[in-house]
Amino acid sequence: MSTTPIGVGELSGRGPLVGVLALQGAFAAHEQRLTALGAASQAVRTPDELALVDALVLPGGESTTMSMLLTTSGLFDPLKGRLADGMPVFGTCAGMILCATEVLDGRPDQRGFDLIDITVRRNGYGRQLDSFETDLDVAGLDEPFHAVFIRAPYVERVGAEVEVLARHDDVPVLVRDGSCTVAAFHPELTNDTRLHAMFIASL
Amino acid sequence: MSAHTTGTFPVKRGLAEMMKGGVIMDVVTAEQAKVAEDAGAVAVMALERVPADIRRDGGVARMSDPEMIEAIQGAVSIPVMAKARIGHFVEAQILQALGVDFVDESEVLTPADEAHHIDKFAFDVPFVCGATNLGEALRRISEGAAMIRSKGEAGTGNVVEAVRHLRSIVGDIKRITQADQAELFDWAKRLQAPLPLVQEIAETGTLPVPLFCAGGLATPADAALAMQLGAQAVFVGSGIFKSDDPAPRAKAIVEATTHFRDAAILAKVSRGLGAPMTGIGMDELDVHYADRGW
Repeated sequence: MSTTPIGVGELSGRGPLVGVLALQGAFAAHEQRLTALGAASQAVRTPDELALVDALVLPGGESTTMSMLLTTSGLFDPLKGRLADGMPVFGTCAGMILCATEVLDGRPDQRGFDLIDITVRRNGYGRQLDSFETDLDVAGLDEPFHAVFIRAPYVERVGAEVEVLARHDDVPVLVRDGSCTVAAFHPELTNDTRLHAMFIASL
Repeated sequence: MSAHTTGTFPVKRGLAEMMKGGVIMDVVTAEQAKVAEDAGAVAVMALERVPADIRRDGGVARMSDPEMIEAIQGAVSIPVMAKARIGHFVEAQILQALGVDFVDESEVLTPADEAHHIDKFAFDVPFVCGATNLGEALRRISEGAAMIRSKGEAGTGNVVEAVRHLRSIVGDIKRITQADQAELFDWAKRLQAPLPLVQEIAETGTLPVPLFCAGGLATPADAALAMQLGAQAVFVGSGIFKSDDPAPRAKAIVEATTHFRDAAILAKVSRGLGAPMTGIGMDELDVHYADRGW
């Protein structure tokens, strides 16, 4: 995948290969952010592609669509296994829904990874007319992070083990538990790569 | 902490970004909307008649009845789009008041204004507009469209026009990236498009908003063709609910759109879907919807 010519960049060997789940949604924007940081990325649509990667980004998109495609592509079970084994994951919007232990207003057949102890309400902020942008104070960042929320999930509860890294109007919007970090907003939609950098630094 | 702002261009474009790699399906009832959502659609387009029926019935095609749009909004949890006539900003105002997630200023409906499109910056709801070529796409973007779809020829089940329009848009984008600064002025003039947008394309090699494909797609292979030609998602109108067995066809088109480069998967999902919609040749058409829009 890398197009970096020999002799350019670090000679210390390749860093971790970061997968981006590419079944549907804003996966290309995530790949661009990773590339901008010099990280190697791999689109993941099949179990063979999943086997190549060391970490995974779950992008925004329609969680119901992704849930269906996770099943038909044969990715659901191997991915659930990798995540249960501790593969680092960064989920945004639909990715947050896929990782949550409890989803309200989802479809009854919607499947997820039960990875982080939070309750989220799908489209909890409302329809597209209620989508918004705002600045967030994020733990570990000196300057505010400009965040775009699109038909975003609303975090109604966080478990005792879950660390809240950012809130908007007192509602958690960026949370972490061990190797799983999830955001209700879309850091891939701005040119600010600090949250992706944080994820890569944690690998 | 800065304010919480809605209806901005990044917020409008953001929803279009979330639909990439997906299928947006035309539906005329709440039941069809459920079938579409079950099949993995990323959004539904609520309308009174699919384009194939509009074509058959003739007459003036208008915005759908709000009651029907509300029934569809109540039936599904995915985004709901609806169509307004070209230039009919009051239909768009009504659709925004209904809380639809996207307005399609669509040539499939009978145009309300033969010179002006809607000023889409005046709205908080995002708009998608059709285009047959890059100039048309850039004019729509300069009016505030947050998504472009190649028009194709709706209601025909014939992909030939969608291919023509996609190739034209994607081909000109590639050519512009090869042009020097002086040539960009000529490109702007020939495309009848704002120079800053042409210059932006020269720099980025891509449209400033997502480019989707519509108009005549009827099979999983059609969807994958559009994706391989450079579309970032597809609209399927009459192609699903005018086929013999809509539910499996809808699901197969969703899978084909995701795995558009994987011929083994395309072969698998294309099996046993029953008859697609019959389709119409371009020389059999009385009205070419793609000619509508200025």
